[in-house]
Amino acid sequence: MKTELRILRRRSREEEPFWQSFIYEAEDANAAVSTALNALNSREELTDTEGRRADPIRWECSCLQKKCGACAMVINGRPALACDSKLSGLGPVVTLGPLRKFPVIADLITDRSAMREVLREMKIFLRAQTEVSESMTDIAYEASGCLQCGCCLEICPNFCTGGKFGGMAAALPAGRLIEEMDGEGREELLKEYRKRVYEGCGKSLACRDICPAGLDVEKLMVNSNAAAVWKALDFLRKKRHEV
Amino acid sequence: MEEINILGAGLAGLSAAITLAQGGQKCRLISAQSSERAQSVMAEGGINAALDLMGEGDSPELHFEDTMRGGAYLADEEAVRRLTFGAPDTVRWLAGLGVPFNMKDGRLVQRSFGGQKKKRTAYARSSTGKMIMSALIDECRKYECSGLVKRFDHHGFLGLNVREDSCLGLRARDIYSGEVMDFSGRVIMCCGGPAGLFPGLTTGTAANSGYAAARLFEQGVVFGNLEMLQYHPTTVAIPDKRCLVTEAARGEGGRLFIMRNGKRWYFMEEKYPELKNLMPRDVVAREMYFVRKEPDSSGEVMLDMTGLDGLVWRSRLPDLRAELIHYLGIDPAKEPVPVREGIHYFMGGIYTDIAHRTSLRGLYAAGECTCQYHGANRLGGNSMLGAVFGGRTAAEDILCDGDQAADFNGERDSGSVTENEPSDAVKLELGEILYSGLGIVRSAEGLCNALDRLDELEERRGTFPRTRLARAMLLSAMERKESRGAHYREDHPERDEKLGRPTLSRYKNGVIEVSIGEGFE
Repeated sequence: MKTELRILRRRSREEEPFWQSFIYEAEDANAAVSTALNALNSREELTDTEGRRADPIRWECSCLQKKCGACAMVINGRPALACDSKLSGLGPVVTLGPLRKFPVIADLITDRSAMREVLREMKIFLRAQTEVSESMTDIAYEASGCLQCGCCLEICPNFCTGGKFGGMAAALPAGRLIEEMDGEGREELLKEYRKRVYEGCGKSLACRDICPAGLDVEKLMVNSNAAAVWKALDFLRKKRHEV
Repeated sequence: MEEINILGAGLAGLSAAITLAQGGQKCRLISAQSSERAQSVMAEGGINAALDLMGEGDSPELHFEDTMRGGAYLADEEAVRRLTFGAPDTVRWLAGLGVPFNMKDGRLVQRSFGGQKKKRTAYARSSTGKMIMSALIDECRKYECSGLVKRFDHHGFLGLNVREDSCLGLRARDIYSGEVMDFSGRVIMCCGGPAGLFPGLTTGTAANSGYAAARLFEQGVVFGNLEMLQYHPTTVAIPDKRCLVTEAARGEGGRLFIMRNGKRWYFMEEKYPELKNLMPRDVVAREMYFVRKEPDSSGEVMLDMTGLDGLVWRSRLPDLRAELIHYLGIDPAKEPVPVREGIHYFMGGIYTDIAHRTSLRGLYAAGECTCQYHGANRLGGNSMLGAVFGGRTAAEDILCDGDQAADFNGERDSGSVTENEPSDAVKLELGEILYSGLGIVRSAEGLCNALDRLDELEERRGTFPRTRLARAMLLSAMERKESRGAHYREDHPERDEKLGRPTLSRYKNGVIEVSIGEGFE
């Protein structure tokens, strides 16, 4: 199966982007975008469809089996993992570009450190040792599965790098700890969750079908919203009633 | 105040960073990619500890005995004792960080894993590594916020800064900006095994280039047991690599068979009636290799998981089932899966003492890049334990060793500002050469052929740190003229009790030296 890979390239963040196409012929019916990128970079001499010599294509990868989120990029207009995108389902011409919500480093590599900054600012960590109760292991398991790949943020109409809204990539790690914490730390975290997630989310749920890890983001958000907002409101109502 | 440098942000690196920070020690966590991309997130089956929650009378002593026997008595006995007796506290610590281990009636559940006579493996369905990593990443964030841990993601290792026999720090390059930085202070290497020497041939991460291990070897650090590669019995080919089918599949009841004279032959159950399909990995992998060669056998070895009930698939192995359907189009609940042995783990690596000190003063190592815990064959469930326990222990020991801050002052002997690496095509060729010599069954003839091919490759394309480390691997396998654990020599098929000592190797004055148990001057 012959595929033309049309790649939006950029040598560095200072240089202008340009399109460059390569032909890849898959030997394996299960070949993914990652297979094509590895194969192109393994050629002794990489040439584009015009016959010009090309530099190796810069991209990030690690596990190559959709467990780490490194190879997130925009494939045919949608954010996805290169290792999770089989060529057979993408048509004869496949366009590849970097995630657009994050600063480009080179070619398909973006700097996603803003995601980590949000988690630090929200102070997403346990204040004391805890243990997951048996009834909460399902939620904790699901929430711990977030790859921090950025696909949900790429497609989110409300997220922009450096903004207040942390998106689902912040909501999931927060969600795990909300379930596991109690006391003052939990209240701090719930406050951050309301400010950085709940209030910024436009409920478009564009993230619902995009998660490469297949996480049920809607269910997890409903759960955290219940703790952060609805249960809090309920608590306030009861307080008022007591007064 | 000295800042400790940790290279690698997986299980071992994070565990070390958290432990240092808990002791009030500042450290830098330096890695080519962020923790979420570390190989540790791929670990599936579980982590061993003799918690004895299954009412089988398990104990750390039994865990110790299983680990030593499984490793064919090549592991460091004192280190293994420390590991296995420290395992229950390690798993309790992880549970206290909120790792969602599988539970029943309010207690952790433990399952069977290869080479062990008790249910000893705590697990979180079939994504235990990812679950532990998420908890450790969150825990580490606490210390990032307090300023005790400083992260340097996207920094590639270039080399150690060495003066005489002391490590004064390391040099790394910011992959994003190209800037080269020298980090002074003692170093804990948590850089993973040299999987990058076998591109596309292992179950591990493609991000591990193998350069860190190769560069350390070139800089004179002593390595041990480099011939000891673990072939996991149950892997499947996917386009870019080998993909693991967790040992938990057999722990939960999966059975291996091959067709013989038109009938299913459950060879492991017939040959090993006690542990059956859960013999140590070296034994299972070798049996698979040999039964395929039997004249009346046909086809691939198959892993039959169709007898597992729905609850097991839902609550214990859900990710495995989804993965096999996605990559192979096979639903393992409905039909057997063809499996082959694949390179999965490196028991060999940087040689350390039980305090995780290497041959270079000021340099420590933990996790898969070291060699003290697993001997000639690692038991399933002991790798995550080795990484977490090892990272914590290395950090504790570095704190005990006291502040040895050496002033760097710009002096160094690591001059390079780029990795001295060949092209991807040469890396692939080198991987094939190693694979040809270091298969499941080895011989002097096969190893000589591989060494000849390596000579020819170096002549044609030059010598690189990775070709030197590759040569040390082949020479280590040549030197060990016996069969032990994962190292099976068809020309020396018996174990030689005199060789129950580690194979040491080092690069000095332009020469690769290899010796078994003798040590170096």
